[in-house]
Amino acid sequence: MIAEDTLAGILARLCPMHLLVDDSGVIRRVGPTLQKLRPETPMPGQRFLDLFDLTRPRKVGCFADLLTGEGKLGVAFRDAPHTALKGQIVPLPGGAVIDLSFGISLIDAVRDYALTSADFAATSLAIELLYLVEAKSAVMGEYGQLSRRLQTARISAEEQAFTDTLTGLKNRRAMDHVLTRKAAGGMPYSVMHIDLDFFKQVNDTLGHAAGDHVLQQVARILVEETRQEDTVARVGGDEFVIVFDNLTDRPRLRRIAERLIDRLQQPMLFQGRPCAISASIGIAPSVEQPLVSPAGLLRLADLALYDAKHAGRSTLRFATPRPAEPAWTRPAAGKDGETAPPSAVSGRES
Amino acid sequence: MHGLVNRAIQSFVTNTYGPDRWRRVTEAAELGDFEFEAMLIYDDAVTEALLAAFCADLGRSRGEVLEDLGTYLVSHPSVEALRRLLRFGGDSYVDFLHSLDDLNDRARLAVPDLHLPALDLREEGAGRYTLACGPGMPGFGWVMMGILRAMADDYGALVLLEHHGPHAAGGADDEADEVIAVTLIESAFAAGRAFDLGARAG
Repeated sequence: MIAEDTLAGILARLCPMHLLVDDSGVIRRVGPTLQKLRPETPMPGQRFLDLFDLTRPRKVGCFADLLTGEGKLGVAFRDAPHTALKGQIVPLPGGAVIDLSFGISLIDAVRDYALTSADFAATSLAIELLYLVEAKSAVMGEYGQLSRRLQTARISAEEQAFTDTLTGLKNRRAMDHVLTRKAAGGMPYSVMHIDLDFFKQVNDTLGHAAGDHVLQQVARILVEETRQEDTVARVGGDEFVIVFDNLTDRPRLRRIAERLIDRLQQPMLFQGRPCAISASIGIAPSVEQPLVSPAGLLRLADLALYDAKHAGRSTLRFATPRPAEPAWTRPAAGKDGETAPPSAVSGRES
Repeated sequence: MHGLVNRAIQSFVTNTYGPDRWRRVTEAAELGDFEFEAMLIYDDAVTEALLAAFCADLGRSRGEVLEDLGTYLVSHPSVEALRRLLRFGGDSYVDFLHSLDDLNDRARLAVPDLHLPALDLREEGAGRYTLACGPGMPGFGWVMMGILRAMADDYGALVLLEHHGPHAAGGADDEADEVIAVTLIESAFAAGRAFDLGARAG
């Protein structure tokens, strides 16, 4: 057997957080790094179990019990900071050697005790772990910034988008652009405002997936029944607007609208179950309202749609020709003559 | 080229020569108003065009510019995190030199798709070392020159450095190894900078 001094010297370099204890649990030698954690309290001469709380194994009558098990230890300093350590105890003739390590508490311990790489064994992975934690934090920081920039870019891209993602149709923003161009162009055109009937019932009884399916089918039908040069937009939950280029002929517009209503009334199947909807339509040809702006024409189409809704579902109505920009009094707006913009139509039933 | 490398170049140009210079260089490289994202991958040609435009703008050789970049990477406060990560390589300049063998593995451990050239350190005796830089990033040896010089200051060591091999004249076409000769004259020449394991770069 080698002398205790020799053994302690070897252990100090290989396991700088070791303890040599006698068989009654009194500390005889301590590794330099472990002693560095309590510079004011020399550990030799103290009892191991006075210095540390045991977290593993929990049930121990006396120190000798530690020598009989598998030897895996979990301990924490009894005084603050209560650094948790993991360890291994191995019996020696007349005592035992206990090697301790920070485990996952390493990060805090390095800061709490101002440890340097000289405090760890040359073979210890502690420095690599610290490196990795710091490198990962730096990388995560970069990813965090990237995510925030991408999120900002996504929001601004969405704000600038012209497409309704659900149906692939143009959105309200795109339609506003088309109408603005109409104002400058001088070509005749018509605005058709379409509102689905009974859509809410589909959503309520069959679920939103069915509702989405219906909206996509409606979009397909609207595109099929219009020409390439017309603009088809979804401008609200179940509201659509078609801007017909260079088409203001009432009989033709009526035929298109009737065909749309006819096709939209055909039950659409969603997962084998029929979804029955219809549509009400208001139409405003530009030539009938010579002094009205495109936005005004849209409002007139909306008023006509409102009339169609009130006339019963699955109906179409043309906007009443007006000689000049009208006062936007809703026909049923009330006795006090209160004016309401057509956007207040939202209260109507679907 | 990994965005971290490109971002390092952008950071160097912007913090050393100003944002106007960066805009001028990206315009000259036909990239327009351009900023790199550190965590995305870019075509190598972008980095190449940028470096060429930057060297032309400064009227300096590629080697000189890349060496300055290396110095910047371990001495400028805005990239303090990198200096700290390099200091994890060891307690002394010699330990640090030996840790360079693992530099590309260390980089990949933190960022799996970051591939740095392999480095190979040889001890020649009497305080002399050679560091061979593998292929992958033409001119990386010059960046390492700057890093080795600045890290010597950081450790307080006094060293002589010599760059051998291709790219010495500024060409970027040869894939042969670059070799740096390091002569450690004194390892504790000056006080150096402190390295606190538990601190964090801000």
